Amino acid sequence: MKPYAFELRIPRSVDEAIETLSEHGEEAKLLAGGQSIVPMMNLRMAQPEMLIDLNRIEELQGIAIEGDGSLRCGAMTRHRVLEDHSSVRRSWRLLDDAVPHIGHVGIRNRGTIGGSIAHADPAAELPAVCLAIEARFLLRGPRGSREIAASNFFEMTFTTALESDEVLTDVIVPPVPDGTGEAWIEFARRHGDFALIGVAARVAVDSGGSCTKATLALAGAASVPTLVPGLEPLVVGRRADESLWTDLAEHAAESASPRGDLHAPKEYRTHLIRVLAERALDTAARRAEQAGGDRYA
Amino acid sequence: MHDVRLVVNTVTHERRVEPRISLADFLRDELGLTGTHLGCEQGSCGACTVLVDGRSVRSCLLFAAQLDGATVDTVEGLEVGEDTMNPLQDAFARHAGLQCGFCTPGFLMAATELLALESKPTEDHIREALSGNICRCTGYQGIVEAVKELGTATQQQQSGATATDATDPRT
Repeated sequence: MKPYAFELRIPRSVDEAIETLSEHGEEAKLLAGGQSIVPMMNLRMAQPEMLIDLNRIEELQGIAIEGDGSLRCGAMTRHRVLEDHSSVRRSWRLLDDAVPHIGHVGIRNRGTIGGSIAHADPAAELPAVCLAIEARFLLRGPRGSREIAASNFFEMTFTTALESDEVLTDVIVPPVPDGTGEAWIEFARRHGDFALIGVAARVAVDSGGSCTKATLALAGAASVPTLVPGLEPLVVGRRADESLWTDLAEHAAESASPRGDLHAPKEYRTHLIRVLAERALDTAARRAEQAGGDRYA
Repeated sequence: MHDVRLVVNTVTHERRVEPRISLADFLRDELGLTGTHLGCEQGSCGACTVLVDGRSVRSCLLFAAQLDGATVDTVEGLEVGEDTMNPLQDAFARHAGLQCGFCTPGFLMAATELLALESKPTEDHIREALSGNICRCTGYQGIVEAVKELGTATQQQQSGATATDATDPRT
């Protein structure tokens, strides 16, 4: 099907994009990679009167590793660029694991990190990964710039803290702490589909083989990507071993209340959370050992 | 309306387009290049795959008005002479990599990108790279064999030596 008619603006700067957004408010949508919004427009589920094309704005491009070891990505960084970036892949294993699961090659050639985050599909990989890696997002609007943590950004399905006259300009990811390993694992019925459940895990292991921290972020378990709460007390005094992952995965499954839908009943999603969380924690812990030389019991 | 200048299969075209015209519709309706097919207009099937600035894209999800200055390669650009298929197309034909042919242009363009980036892809890599293209007829095996053959052939041409891939039964 074909979309309704719309006006297309192609600004050359973020300020120009913001000006256009401010003028046209709710009727204008930002166009990043287009891999989510254009299918919706072709189905006429989305009917913006104006698209503001961000693809010509140079200041939204570029990846850099900053002096403090953090990663800074322009919002228009294509998934494919992240996928091929050897420093990113080596240092942020969650991105290395998760990005190849985003759609297919053709989608990753156009789709962007900023677009995926702003679109906020609860089953998408990057929003959940951003929670686990403690990403921060830079937003800019007519009232100035602000920075917001990923944990405060996702509000509801397809709804974020981004105001209607703001542009997400950058994604900043702190370096992975020493002694920490991370892993992404997801289950989808077909390769490239949205995940029924995706799990981002981070595990910190000290030199004695004790787990000092565990993080789990879930995609597909709620109307937003979610950090599993209440893991801190469960790891106190525990060795980083399989019995801990089992307990943490059980906790994750119990604390989530996924919905059933035509893709999977809720019992199956709960089961997937338990199984995938355990596997992701195990892999993350093995990587923590490899990274820091810490003993993994 | 937007003025755009695109180079399509090495030929420059200047046109005025409405924003809502997808690259696919532009190629098909404005330029008469109907080799690019529309299967879903959702980005799921890959039948509309073309190369934009060397990278495979779903042309149903791009608007022509966005592409002023872009280089586009479509299936029509693959032939090496009048009515002469290129080696990839020839391999598809010999390995039964097509039946109805509807998905084929998309597969050819996706495979063209793969072989430009990775001269000797493994079968797993081929299946992964082509996973965004759907075929209802062939069961994919012939497509994979065709692309594998191209990988082997490229390796032989480049090195002048016999391919020694242990997983390839032909060598």
